[in-house]
Amino acid sequence: MATHLSPEPQTLDRRTFLKTGAAGGAALLIGFHLPAHASSDPAQAQEKPPVNPLNAWVRITPDNRVTLILAKSEMGQGIMTALPMILAEELYLDWDKVTVEQAPTNPKIYDLGTGGSGSVAGSWLPLRQAGAAAREMLIAAAAKKWEVGADTCKAQKGYVVHGHPERSYSYGELVADAALLPIPNFKDVPLKNSRDFTLLGHDTHRVDAAEKAKGTAKFGIDSRPAGLLYAVVARCPVFYGKVASFDATKAKAVPGVRDVFQIETSGRGASTTGGVAVLAENSWAAIQGRKALEVKWDEGAAAKESSEELRNHFVANAAAKPGSVIRNEGDADAALAASAGKVEAVYELPFAAHVCMEPMNCTVHILPDRAEAWVPTQAPQWAQGVIAEAAKLPPEKVTVHTTLMGGGFGRRYQADFVMEAAQISKRVDKPVMVLWTREDDMHHDFYRPASYHKCQGIVDAEGNLAAWKHFQTSTSIAAKWSPKGEEDNGQGEFGTGATVPYKSPNIRIEYTLAHSSAPRAWWRSVEHSSAGFVVESFVDELAAAAGQDALAFRLKLIGDSRKIPQFGGEPDSLPLDTARLKGVLRLAAERAAWDKPLPDGEGRGIAGFYSFHSYVAAVAEVSVKPRDLKIKRLVCAVDCGRVVNPNGVRAQVESAAIYALTATLKDPITVEGGRVVQSNFNDYHMIRMNEAPSIEVYLVDSEERPTGIGEPTVPVIAPALCNAIFNATRTWKRDVRIRRLPIRAEDFA
Amino acid sequence: MAITFILNGKSKTLPDVSPDMPLLWVLRDVLDMTGTKFGCGMALCGACTVHINGAATRSCITPISSVSGKHVTTIEGLSADGSHPVQKAWIEEDVPQCGYCQSGQIMSAVALLEKKPHPSDADIDEAMSGNICRCGTYQRIRKAIHRAAGAKA
Repeated sequence: MATHLSPEPQTLDRRTFLKTGAAGGAALLIGFHLPAHASSDPAQAQEKPPVNPLNAWVRITPDNRVTLILAKSEMGQGIMTALPMILAEELYLDWDKVTVEQAPTNPKIYDLGTGGSGSVAGSWLPLRQAGAAAREMLIAAAAKKWEVGADTCKAQKGYVVHGHPERSYSYGELVADAALLPIPNFKDVPLKNSRDFTLLGHDTHRVDAAEKAKGTAKFGIDSRPAGLLYAVVARCPVFYGKVASFDATKAKAVPGVRDVFQIETSGRGASTTGGVAVLAENSWAAIQGRKALEVKWDEGAAAKESSEELRNHFVANAAAKPGSVIRNEGDADAALAASAGKVEAVYELPFAAHVCMEPMNCTVHILPDRAEAWVPTQAPQWAQGVIAEAAKLPPEKVTVHTTLMGGGFGRRYQADFVMEAAQISKRVDKPVMVLWTREDDMHHDFYRPASYHKCQGIVDAEGNLAAWKHFQTSTSIAAKWSPKGEEDNGQGEFGTGATVPYKSPNIRIEYTLAHSSAPRAWWRSVEHSSAGFVVESFVDELAAAAGQDALAFRLKLIGDSRKIPQFGGEPDSLPLDTARLKGVLRLAAERAAWDKPLPDGEGRGIAGFYSFHSYVAAVAEVSVKPRDLKIKRLVCAVDCGRVVNPNGVRAQVESAAIYALTATLKDPITVEGGRVVQSNFNDYHMIRMNEAPSIEVYLVDSEERPTGIGEPTVPVIAPALCNAIFNATRTWKRDVRIRRLPIRAEDFA
Repeated sequence: MAITFILNGKSKTLPDVSPDMPLLWVLRDVLDMTGTKFGCGMALCGACTVHINGAATRSCITPISSVSGKHVTTIEGLSADGSHPVQKAWIEEDVPQCGYCQSGQIMSAVALLEKKPHPSDADIDEAMSGNICRCGTYQRIRKAIHRAAGAKA
């Protein structure tokens, strides 16, 4: 794949964004040694310059210590374990003896962007090839020493062995010779037969568990270069408001405060226009200094915006003329007009915040001829570009240390906090950490878009779906990132929402953009979090209206096993395989004892969804009393192709389920006066231990290629839960159908 | 002002520290002991949990002046090598994901087990619900606490 130098990229959907890296204004990003997304096309791998795997991917010392290189960011998803497992398998290494090291920010070799649940999917084949190539080079070096054919030698737990009686060389004894041998063609290098896998597919402990249990793991916020100073920034609480004036007298009087000055950040990756930085000897002094600081803000036009106004805007959009047509097959409007049995429902989702436990932070040291940075980032190359631009240095003079992240969830694909650190650092001759407080983090996030959906459908007398219509209006991510704030005709907002797996001759999808100044971007599972709720709630409503069992109804409407092209997907997007979708629905239902009756006041709900090329179904079992909801069981069935580390996959499903439950059951992000109302965990609550249900995870045994796992559980949780609430309340005077998230106690008063 | 307290078993004197600076920032920024984490600054999330005279305490709202003469234990003080039974249980159950909250989770769990060597699920709910884990590792935390309790028996 060619190198991209893209100072001002065109409208980017997330997929393109993840592939090309984001635009910080600086020349950026860059070659992809590994495809960032799910596809891993060997033909593409061939176009890359040859890289010596015995340097780029595995380093071996003469005393046989092995270090595997990790070219993705660890944010909790377990990639620091999964990707090295792939290398170790092909290299026949003793897993207990390897260590893992983070790759440098060298775009000529590594594609470091981490997102889109694409790391294992995209790295699977290239890493197998790299590991296999390194192994073949080690074997060739041994064969040469013994003067025997390479095909008579084999790799075994960090050694190359030959003959009877067996003789051996450790990799460490071979590496100096091996590294000088010709690099095998990655395309032809023999890969291990999956039947011989000893690591892949087996439960493996996380390599980072011990340091995290000991408290020695270093996150971005733990960076402590010598002479470090700390900064916090006072930002206008109103979206993109500006500093009118400020008085630093009182701030500078706070003990420990070193300086106070204004910074500006701009460009499409900025979450604010900058603000006033308070530089101090420690975090506490900086925070106290900011409290003492007096700033007058020019709040700008956004100060009039509110969630209430946005909702009115949504309603008006839905009532007005039709939206732009995203997808149209048959004539859904005519079918709906002709039928008496039309089902109609409106669904609403609010803005949502990422809330990484480690608040945003970034440490930068700009020197005259180079810069060094410690960044908890999903996008190290973007960070490098941003710092290079601020420091007026070529990117290769900027060393970015990608640190562990205390959560990412898409938030750390941004570089707004890097921009701030770079702007401050260039005025200070010491390393500076920009620290965000929890309030900063919640007020200046890139939120999951708020959206409003009107669905209409008909089930005919034979139980077939005669029409499916979905009108959506939302604040849109694409509109936030496109040069003129326009929507790219909805595809980014729909993704899977328009890839309806339910057969109908009449399908119509419409979209109208709603305007908001709130920054929006990728929140764990992105548009699928909304699409999953809407599609899987509405099909449940259709089932109930038709008097059908929710599972049987879905299976019937999905129909025969076939492959549905992903709507709006790229040519290499995998199609939705209905057999696999039905497979996870059936598996979840079976494990949850779907057919077993429950007492009054209890119910189960099901949802299944395809996203990030993976299939997840969930069954929630609840008990509902007025103003009281108890989740008794949550059963998840997952088909993400071949599983690298089952233990890690289960952890991601558990994690995504809790993440989704927080969004489903806790607080919305609301806007008043152009600013976010919620500020900390007292008004933006999280699921805690006492509310966390037990989560059962069942994995489909599959030899399909590996696909995403960090995100695809999120979309099914809200609909499974809301559908369960409906079923638990069917005997109530008025059953409860949740159509607006988050669920509120008064919804089932 | 000068403040002396016992940190992980050793006497520590800070010759010149702002008395209202929270213990969290003293640990992290003055002593460079970064195992204790900043999460919310309002005692809402538990990431900063340490033990003061054995009791789980949120260091983000604990002024340094209030710990004068007291015993403070941080995650670094549990064991040098991760051999504390709770740490071992955490590793065995692969509890951490991002891991950022886990120092605080472990400190809360250790305090719980010292008080109740064999906690019930209800005890765990009560003792651990002050600690937020955004990665949602609660189920594994619960298992790890039961495992550590078993190991201690």
